[in-house]
Amino acid sequence: MRLVLHVWRQKNPGSRGRMVRYEAGDVNPDMSMLELLDVINEGLMVKGEEPIAFEHDCREGICGSCGFMINGIAHGPLPASTVCQLTMRHFKDGQELYLEPWRAKAFPVIKDLVVDRGAFDRIISAGGFISVPTGSAPDGNAIPVPKEDADRAMDAAACIGCGACVAACPNASAALFTGAKIAHLGLLPQGQPERHERALRMVTQFNRENFGSCTNIGECEAVCPKEIKLEVIARMNHDFIQASRLRR
Amino acid sequence: MEIAADRFYTSTIGKKAVMAASGCVLFLFVVGHLIGNLQIYEGPEKLNHYAVLLRSMPALLWSVRAILLLMLALHVWSSVQLAVRNIDARPTGYVKKKATQSSYASRTMYWSGPIILAFVVYHLLDFTFGNLNPHFEEGNVYANVVASFRVIPVSAFYIVAMLLLAMHLYHGLWSMFQSLGFYHPRYTPVLKRSAAVIAILIAAGNISIPVSVMAGIVR
Ligand code: FES
Repeated sequence: MRLVLHVWRQKNPGSRGRMVRYEAGDVNPDMSMLELLDVINEGLMVKGEEPIAFEHDCREGICGSCGFMINGIAHGPLPASTVCQLTMRHFKDGQELYLEPWRAKAFPVIKDLVVDRGAFDRIISAGGFISVPTGSAPDGNAIPVPKEDADRAMDAAACIGCGACVAACPNASAALFTGAKIAHLGLLPQGQPERHERALRMVTQFNRENFGSCTNIGECEAVCPKEIKLEVIARMNHDFIQASRLRR
Repeated sequence: MEIAADRFYTSTIGKKAVMAASGCVLFLFVVGHLIGNLQIYEGPEKLNHYAVLLRSMPALLWSVRAILLLMLALHVWSSVQLAVRNIDARPTGYVKKKATQSSYASRTMYWSGPIILAFVVYHLLDFTFGNLNPHFEEGNVYANVVASFRVIPVSAFYIVAMLLLAMHLYHGLWSMFQSLGFYHPRYTPVLKRSAAVIAILIAAGNISIPVSVMAGIVR
């Protein structure tokens, strides 16, 4: 099959980028989006041109490295998947694809389709952890966890931090990401001692990183490759409001 | 990393909570306002008497007005602060951007809100202070309403504003629960449906008045 790509090309953080058109003939429908970029890049390198920069690592939807907009939808039109899992058979022969990096003040473009998601790391380091003594492994079943809570914590923990939620949000808010981390730890008994502190600190950091605020629109939920639900945002709101009330 | 957490209202979540709470009070006013005004269908005496009744308790009337004004100020001020922040959060837009599952109402709150506010100002000048109503008769609410709604552009603006109010309420009514931290996979969908029903009922009730005047049912 044949595809026409319009890709955002930007040399470095300071330069002005633009959309550049590439034609890909003879596309194998079983290729992933990243493999298609690999093929295009090989052609570019042969011609002595700079290859398209994009992030990737696992290429099986678990690491959260990859991600960009395809025709205005984060990670493309296939629900519950990342661009590395998106195969070309989901597109029509001759279709035009617009590839753009995540757009947010908090995610500055480094090059082409690569953005700096360091803001997420700083939100995590503000409180996305539990404090435990390290050294000896704790007894596996010392703290009972209700099955329901374990499942819900696991669902929230599925967040791979790809940034699609921020990219899809009209306000470029990191509410789904921050909510997922707060819910994941706050649902478990091990997360209780720092629960309020965590909500206060992670939300504060999220606010300081130039992300927008949540307006309960739900675009994030629709594009999340791990299908994290808006429920985690309500939980973050709940924990933050309660923590603010109880704070001395 | 040691960071001092933001105070409640400094945070985006605090501002949204304030919007939810103030929005809830404003919603209750909208309901009360509608119920009171539906008395227009019981004739001039009933409606005008209701107006006299409200004004016979100035202390109560002015406390309610003060509370509403405060709630309006909080609602608008928080939303302006958040809107500025949200616009700033994406300095470079997309060449292509598609909305996937969000409702039209939810994406246009920043439009419906200011238009409704402009309508409220007009509405007060028309019926409460009478500046914009050439046939204004102090105390004769019934006649004032009929005189205003006979003017087609006035009725049209009123109807459009009520449709926008319905959209604003549809998103706001369920969204306030989410902002205050309540979500449940079973009850939130019920809230969304109820929000739609309530929003439509309120708009229908309000719109029925200019329509009845124009149709000559209320005269
Ligand atoms: S490369 Fe790991 S999720 Fe796509």
